[in-house]
Amino acid sequence: MASFLDRSRTVAGPTYSRWLIPPAALAVHLSIGQVYATSVYKTSLVEHFGTGLAPIGVIFSIAIVMLGLSAAVLGKWVDHGGPRKAMFTAACFWAAGFLVAALGISTTQLWLVYLGYGVLGGIGLGIGYISPVSTLIKWFPDRPGLATGMAIMGFGGGALIASPLSNQLLRAYDPGFDGSAGSAADGSAVAQLFVTLGIVYFVAMMYGAFTIRVAPDGYAPPGWDPSTRKQSAMVTTASVSANNAIRTPQFWLLWVLLFCNVTAGIGILEQAAPMIQDFFRDGGTTAISAVAAGGFVGLLSLGNMAGRFVWSSTSDVIGRKKIYMVYLGVGAVLYVLLASIGQTVTALFVLLAFVIISFYGGGFATMPAYLRDLFGTFEVGAIHGRVLTAWSAAGVAGPLIINGFLDAQGEPGALVAGDYRPALFTMVGLLVVGFVANLLIKPVAEKFHETSATSSTAPANAR
Amino acid sequence: MTSSTSSAPAGRNDPSPATQKVLLGVGWLLVGVPLVYGLVQTLRRVVTLFTG
Repeated sequence: MASFLDRSRTVAGPTYSRWLIPPAALAVHLSIGQVYATSVYKTSLVEHFGTGLAPIGVIFSIAIVMLGLSAAVLGKWVDHGGPRKAMFTAACFWAAGFLVAALGISTTQLWLVYLGYGVLGGIGLGIGYISPVSTLIKWFPDRPGLATGMAIMGFGGGALIASPLSNQLLRAYDPGFDGSAGSAADGSAVAQLFVTLGIVYFVAMMYGAFTIRVAPDGYAPPGWDPSTRKQSAMVTTASVSANNAIRTPQFWLLWVLLFCNVTAGIGILEQAAPMIQDFFRDGGTTAISAVAAGGFVGLLSLGNMAGRFVWSSTSDVIGRKKIYMVYLGVGAVLYVLLASIGQTVTALFVLLAFVIISFYGGGFATMPAYLRDLFGTFEVGAIHGRVLTAWSAAGVAGPLIINGFLDAQGEPGALVAGDYRPALFTMVGLLVVGFVANLLIKPVAEKFHETSATSSTAPANAR
Repeated sequence: MTSSTSSAPAGRNDPSPATQKVLLGVGWLLVGVPLVYGLVQTLRRVVTLFTG
């Protein structure tokens, strides 16, 4: 690959402003966050391919599974190749995914959409998601939670942008499409949308690729003394490689807590619109209109995004272990309240769901800083990539749990609050498991630490 | 694992402090404007939860 992508061309000098790094990271995460806005054209694809919701939903599932797999497999390459090369590659895969999927839509070949958006796009998602993480942590050693929270907030923000933008573009490409729930744009309009998004995201991610810089060796922000960093046994100054990390109980405890937190969050996100309508259903009619239910989904998106930034930044102050005790412990209590008294007042239901989803987002955003605390910065990007397989697993388990329980309770459109209790209490159980896993996390044993000679073989600035 | 960092001096391609200030404004504008657009559009949807 061309030398301008190499890590050596991205190392900044001591006077480089670190506040130029978050916009580069955000440009990538805002782009790949589109993956959570697929519902805009879901109905259109169902109509176009003459199939059901399930085969179209598979496109999203493949993308999320590929996200986890590519982040796990390519994490070390991302860490050692540098963020510019990773962002460039992510942009190519993400844009190619849209273009191949557009070809599949134009030729009515669903497998091409699976290959394009699902496989190629999913690889772009995985590389793009982890590409700025270790770089940000090294630029912000004083506030790693804030730094990664900012970037990963972008992943939540990407859906907020892509959803209304896609709606407007579909209306422009197909005047017959009104954007309301249930209306479908024709296939050529969706194909044009995919081409447009592919080009726009490619340009945005290239901006990130060409402005990202790696912190110089031994970088410390002005006015910050690195010796103040290790204030707790839970924050290491040692280095643990990605290969060693997966041999530690800490890695698998983190995997379990991320899996539990994400599965529980998906339990609400997956069913948000019908759930609020069902909770306030009385005698066959619901007090919540479809439009209001759409507003509830929007509010949850805001909670998801805000939680990533607010809670992750808070973890810099109170510590990672304590913030995860809040996500999982307080989250479990809120879930119990939602299941037992959520149907009494709409405002209470909305408030509980909002806070629960903010914890879901916070769990994602705080993970890189938790990994840095336990394993050091040596290969934190690669370790993060491997932990993200928990997300892929939760992406499968969450919908299976919620849909499985609800299918057993009755027909969609006739469910009431009580029908959700088995699923919600299952989520409470998962959160308790995650809470216990977090409690069991201790500092990593010294036998897993790299010797200074070993860690010095890593690229400078990867340390 | 190979090292490719030792070949180039750190900061060789850094823009001047004045240029960095301009880049800072442009960078945050480029990501901030779409984000504000998304937030405003979402808030408009959220309003329907309380009115619709």
